[in-house]
Amino acid sequence: MRTGYEETCDAVVVGAGHAGCEAALACARLGLETVIFTVSVDSIALMPCNPNIGGTSKGHLVREVDALGGEMGKNIDRTFIQSKMLNLSKGPAVHSLRAQADKAEYSRSMRRVLENTDHLSIVQGEVTEILTEDLEDGRRVTGVKTYSGACYYAKTVILCTGTYLRARCIYGDVSNHTGPNGLQAANHLTDSLKGLGIEMLRFKTGTPARIDKRSIDFSKMEEQVGDERVVPFSFTTDPESVQIDQVSCWLTYTNEKTHEIIRENLDRSPLYSGVIEGTGPRYCPSIEDKVVKFADKSRHQVFIEPEGLFTNEMYVGGMSSSLPEDVQHAMYSSVAGLEHVKIVRNAYAIEYDCIDPRQLKATLEFKDIRGLFSGGQFNGSSGYEEAAAQGLVAGINGARYVLGKSPLLLDRSQAYIGVLIDDLVTKENREPYRMMTSRAEYRLLLRQDNADLRLTGIGYEMGLISRERYAHVLEKERLIASEIKRVERVYVGTSPKVQAFLEAHKSTLLKSGTNLGELIRRPELSYDLLEEIDEDRPSLSPEVREQVNIHLKYEGYIKRQKKQAEQFRKLEEKRIPENLDYDRVESLRIEARQKLKQYRPASIGQASRISGVSPADVSVLLVYLESRRK
Amino acid sequence: MSQDTIAAIATAMGGSGIGIVRISGPEAFSIAEKMFRPKKENKQLSREATYTMHYGTVWDEEEMLDEGLLLLMRGPHSYTAEDTVEIDCHGGVLLMRRILETALKRGARLAEPGEFTKRAFLNGRIDLSQAEAVMDLIEAENETARKSALSKLRGSLQKKIGELRRAILQEMAFIEAALDDPEHISLEEYPGKLEILTKNWLEEVKKMLLSHENGRMLKEGVKTVIVGKPNAGKSSLLNVLLGEERAIVTEVAGTTRDVLEEHMQLGGIHLNILDTAGIRSTEDQVERIGVSRAMEHVKDADLVLYVVDSSVPLTGEDEMIMDLLEGKKTIVLLNKSDLTGIVTKEQMEARLRQPVLSISAREEQGLEELERLVKELFFQGEISFQDEILITSLRQKKLLEETRESLKLVLESISNFMPEDFYSIDLMNAYASLGKILGEEVEEDLVNEIFGKFCLGK
Repeated sequence: MRTGYEETCDAVVVGAGHAGCEAALACARLGLETVIFTVSVDSIALMPCNPNIGGTSKGHLVREVDALGGEMGKNIDRTFIQSKMLNLSKGPAVHSLRAQADKAEYSRSMRRVLENTDHLSIVQGEVTEILTEDLEDGRRVTGVKTYSGACYYAKTVILCTGTYLRARCIYGDVSNHTGPNGLQAANHLTDSLKGLGIEMLRFKTGTPARIDKRSIDFSKMEEQVGDERVVPFSFTTDPESVQIDQVSCWLTYTNEKTHEIIRENLDRSPLYSGVIEGTGPRYCPSIEDKVVKFADKSRHQVFIEPEGLFTNEMYVGGMSSSLPEDVQHAMYSSVAGLEHVKIVRNAYAIEYDCIDPRQLKATLEFKDIRGLFSGGQFNGSSGYEEAAAQGLVAGINGARYVLGKSPLLLDRSQAYIGVLIDDLVTKENREPYRMMTSRAEYRLLLRQDNADLRLTGIGYEMGLISRERYAHVLEKERLIASEIKRVERVYVGTSPKVQAFLEAHKSTLLKSGTNLGELIRRPELSYDLLEEIDEDRPSLSPEVREQVNIHLKYEGYIKRQKKQAEQFRKLEEKRIPENLDYDRVESLRIEARQKLKQYRPASIGQASRISGVSPADVSVLLVYLESRRK
Repeated sequence: MSQDTIAAIATAMGGSGIGIVRISGPEAFSIAEKMFRPKKENKQLSREATYTMHYGTVWDEEEMLDEGLLLLMRGPHSYTAEDTVEIDCHGGVLLMRRILETALKRGARLAEPGEFTKRAFLNGRIDLSQAEAVMDLIEAENETARKSALSKLRGSLQKKIGELRRAILQEMAFIEAALDDPEHISLEEYPGKLEILTKNWLEEVKKMLLSHENGRMLKEGVKTVIVGKPNAGKSSLLNVLLGEERAIVTEVAGTTRDVLEEHMQLGGIHLNILDTAGIRSTEDQVERIGVSRAMEHVKDADLVLYVVDSSVPLTGEDEMIMDLLEGKKTIVLLNKSDLTGIVTKEQMEARLRQPVLSISAREEQGLEELERLVKELFFQGEISFQDEILITSLRQKKLLEETRESLKLVLESISNFMPEDFYSIDLMNAYASLGKILGEEVEEDLVNEIFGKFCLGK
């Protein structure tokens, strides 16, 4: 079958989900003639599962994507209908932004951006084959072929196929060979990838039912309203522009009756009966998993969230399931407020092909195929934000590969994105990978509030951040530093005004003079509170004030964490030559030798994180590299 | 596995009765066959089972060098986890060198310092703390220290630190899990619980550090300084002490100072004794230098023996010395107890609040009491080395101190009501420091550093 249609461009992106959109925008914005393929133009930036962006640690990813010049933050700022800063009772490292999206608007708005970006064309069609050529020293990607036989030749190809590869949706004994929301699956590409020697895995994820708002009794639920003062995701969004009327979410709970229904029907779950082979995410479990795993809990949270302003459909967060239809009806209607629930769309599980991401470098390029990159759920992750972050990095690096520039590499001490990618390409991953706060060792440095300070410079260097925006960040940095200096010098005496202020805030009175910095460090006080006794305070933006406060309050902790990060970087900087012959390294244990040969880590640090490589093996490697250097 | 075969003399060079030449590596058996002829003529060493002893003669070409035993160990069941032979022969220096040279001629390479142990480590036979213990064992000079080194070699340090580390990890994991799954894991009342745990860990670390003090003294000897006015009897005391132990007294140039130290044992404890110039106030420039040097030594000392002539009244010079002894572990020796006592035990105890003993260096009286007191001061009586963990290297001590500081910071965070996620930073540091002791955390330059210090042959 040959239509004979041929086209040549610089970059091809396969898939227009959250990863594909970022990848394609990055390539086009960096000047590459880019074609993005999607099975349906109407499903660009589709949110087939939860109707929100951000959340614990995912919010960090969105802000990092924004600081590097990605689109996700801007897009949710344009389309959110409720927003909340989570975990405010905890330390600043775990504060996280989450916004409810109007799903249709989110998708439409992203489509509009794609359609109006220069050098970017959207093509509807299924890519079925990756084209490559063999060179003397390896293999190189040359383009893609579509189902209709058209060939698109490109210097780089970025795979962002999400959950569509040989997708199968399942609930009870019903199984459809479709992608999410009944969209067409991509059934051919897997074979082409296998033909290239790429190792595939099969993962599973799931989504809860969507229900009719009119059938819900909200009086039996707790209302969850948005923040009074909304903080935008993007550092470029004018904070005033996001102070909109918000809609509410609702909290209710499962109960013993719900759990009983689930337990009685476990044998009808395709997960437990073995119909589903794919491995599901431990951290985003279905309600049947939760009931089994937390058998002692008498209830679980259920969040009822709007899918958008355009529809009456509501998302039942916390109750994803693949139980049969009749059980779903019984289960949902046992929840307080859902007694008369009308289900619009059933909950279902979805199975799909993805790769073992350890075949990738930290640049997200395949180790064995030059110019071929990948991002998103195709790499075994889960979540929109994880996908966007990888898509952006894959897009930037695809472009830099074409332009002959050194790749963007982020390490674990620089960004959650660095943690995400390092985990994916280094560690064995048996289930969809979800970003979590606990995965970031240096999280006090990687806060969502300082993502711009950490990464805008890199985004500028990559070419996705304008000079003005970077200059703005440098100015912010300067203001923060000079204000910290100032408050450390401002003398505070034992005047009646100061003592009265301290007393009013239940803070120990001063016996002798001190400086403002010392007072900010007191747990019960803060930079903002001290304005009252700080007469010469310059007028500063809330963002600058926040940084000054955090810096002073947690100085000791930040210093210690920085030291940890430095230690870590020392081992990262010990690079391992790509062509190192591990057979010549004496004394490596057999398992370690196999793993190292298979995954070819880029640094001693990465080698030490590979399971099956012990500290003694790493010492052997260190000794070997040292002796080679001499 | 290593490509080449190494050889070295594994016993101390000196007048001992037996010497061992050790050969390790892929060629160990074939080299042995070329230089060792078993009594049973048709015996082929390379076909013999592991852990077997063979009687025979050692040959260089057609010259018979010695007769002896050969111990054969097959990798991985040997110290280095490689094929290894040990040739036990008669200990003369020249003879052992000849045998080693023969092994080298037959294809072995002379081992670098610490290379056997390095191979054992690299081949996964031992971990770092065990490797350090081997080094201690080689260096340990007296009986008690040897026992402690042996017990560490068996992994008691490893076990204790491993347990502590696992306990810390468990709490770290709990905090992290609670951060990511607040719906199911509650941190309510957790700070109080962690506080108790951390205090317990801190106690354990402090205990280990205390044992380091003991351990260091066991290994290096207790730095002991004798002070007193001129003519108080310091030199005669030293002579008596040394005289008793003359057989094992050696003179070694001090490593940190340019003075000679005397080494001796008292009650099984190794003392490095330093005699100082008599301390007195003087206008004489030269004498003043001697006095200030004596004061320096007192500052560094683990133990001070303050000798007082009890037959004459105390003077301003004694006061000067006593001021110097503030906060030092001191034993006051009232010498010349055979003469009429003017300075009394009670008087000295009241002034210094340190133990006071009456002795007579001349009559050799009171020395057993001194021996008992020395032991008591440092070990609070007899210590059982079997259950005691002794931290003997400076590196380990430093890491334990870091652990202690990190745990203190955890307590500080708890008492300052910091959010729970702040605890992890210092717990992580404590966990890493302990891991470094065990070699379970990778440290870049450590490996070479440690093995560079090993003696040849081990």
